[in-house]
Amino acid sequence: MAENRYLLNAQLAQMLKGGVIMDVVNVEQAQIAQEAGAVAVMALERVPADIRKQGGVARMSDPGLIKAIKAAVTIPVMAKARIGHFVEAQILQALKIDYIDESEVLTPADEECHIDKTRFEIPFVCGARNLGEALRRIAEGAAMIRTKGEAGTGNVVEAVRHMRTMNREIRQLAALPTEEIISFAKVNGIPYELALEVKKLGRLPVVNFAAGGIATPADAALMMQLGCDGVFVGSGIFKSSDPASRARAIVKATACFNDPEQLLEVSMDLGDPMPGLDVATMASEQRLAGRGW
Amino acid sequence: MQAVAGPGGIGVLDLQGGVQEHLDHLRRVGVSARPVKRTAELDGLVGLIIPGGESTCLSRLLTIFGLDVAIRQAYDHGLKLWGTCAGAILLARENIGETPFFGLIDIVVSRNAFGSQLDSFNREALAPAVAREPIPLTFIRAPKIVRTGEGVRVLLRLDDYIAAAEDDRILVTVFHPELTPSLAFHRYFARKCGLSVAGGDDAGLDPDWTPQSWMDFSYHV
Repeated sequence: MAENRYLLNAQLAQMLKGGVIMDVVNVEQAQIAQEAGAVAVMALERVPADIRKQGGVARMSDPGLIKAIKAAVTIPVMAKARIGHFVEAQILQALKIDYIDESEVLTPADEECHIDKTRFEIPFVCGARNLGEALRRIAEGAAMIRTKGEAGTGNVVEAVRHMRTMNREIRQLAALPTEEIISFAKVNGIPYELALEVKKLGRLPVVNFAAGGIATPADAALMMQLGCDGVFVGSGIFKSSDPASRARAIVKATACFNDPEQLLEVSMDLGDPMPGLDVATMASEQRLAGRGW
Repeated sequence: MQAVAGPGGIGVLDLQGGVQEHLDHLRRVGVSARPVKRTAELDGLVGLIIPGGESTCLSRLLTIFGLDVAIRQAYDHGLKLWGTCAGAILLARENIGETPFFGLIDIVVSRNAFGSQLDSFNREALAPAVAREPIPLTFIRAPKIVRTGEGVRVLLRLDDYIAAAEDDRILVTVFHPELTPSLAFHRYFARKCGLSVAGGDDAGLDPDWTPQSWMDFSYHV
């Protein structure tokens, strides 16, 4: 990928800042999401809550479905490829969607290697639980990062943990004298040049969204107040009792994330949120965030 | 970094999209600037930038927060407007296949006219009214201006479309000057707002600008 193509891809993510990206499984949901003010849709066959329930191997969605969703909306369309499955990524690039999510929500195709994203023209967003993981993905060519959270649970606790971890590690790194950075980089598995850049910037060098377990307007605003640049909502909208109202409320809450009066207003009368799962009592093989490294 | 504007500054609509990038460019041009999230924050401004982002999202939020009415009123009282990319779509009188939003400048736009993200691109071009040197341009899932009406001047025509145009009170660009080192369009808009800014009519390439400069204005914990 040429340097200017990578920059254009990082800049598209900049244009999504302050926005909400919504999981949709059909054309009708995609139109509801766009109508509610989503900045992009994630086209997939099953939302994470259903992938979790149904089990089995979760793969890239049928390109026919993604194509139909792409034709139905004017906002950017994203779709997921399995971790390490570079051929699924090639197919999604040929389909000319706008962004690929190399996602732990799908069953990994490679337990050692993520996709070499520098070999693609199309942009990638990748999940991360900490600074090292985020910077390894950026080193591989990701133009945007998101927290992993714990998808399909409706429980924001893991997304909060991942964002707080990244913030803490960035603060630690920023406080280090230069000669200690290489050892910090070694211990945390961080590429050295990117560690230097993070020290200088005081944040990740690309746009960083929240994802994984966001189910309410308050969850979205919480992640924004923790410093995220925007929000992905997976199962949280279309597994709730009134998706259109909830989608509008989360869009508004993300825009006015630090205004409690407005947040109060948008949080009322939304119907039932998606049923949640307790992550603490979940067996480790049920946790999606542990996929990838 | 906190952006501030006294009376006579330029605002950047802060609902979604490329807000920090414009604030950073305005700082480099040397004009006072602030983000505008609430109607009261329009008070005292001479200009407002409606940034790139997603136009459907921006239109919903403008309506929800009552900023659509407030911006229209401020425009009636002399506020100058500049729309980049999605902002240009919102200001256009006609948006092919969709309902226009503000409809304040007599242009016809075609949304996503180049295709998907794989069709986003950079190029250089000369816009003689804005700068005497070629300017770097960044097009991201850009619209095209396909027609202009009476009273609208074309500032930049490329291939089969118009990339920048203006009338007496509104500037529209389908590309993103705030994503390049060039300050030329920000200077041009500041002067259109009646502000005096340093710098000539060159391309205004700021050697200190980097693609991460916007992060000075991003929300830090």
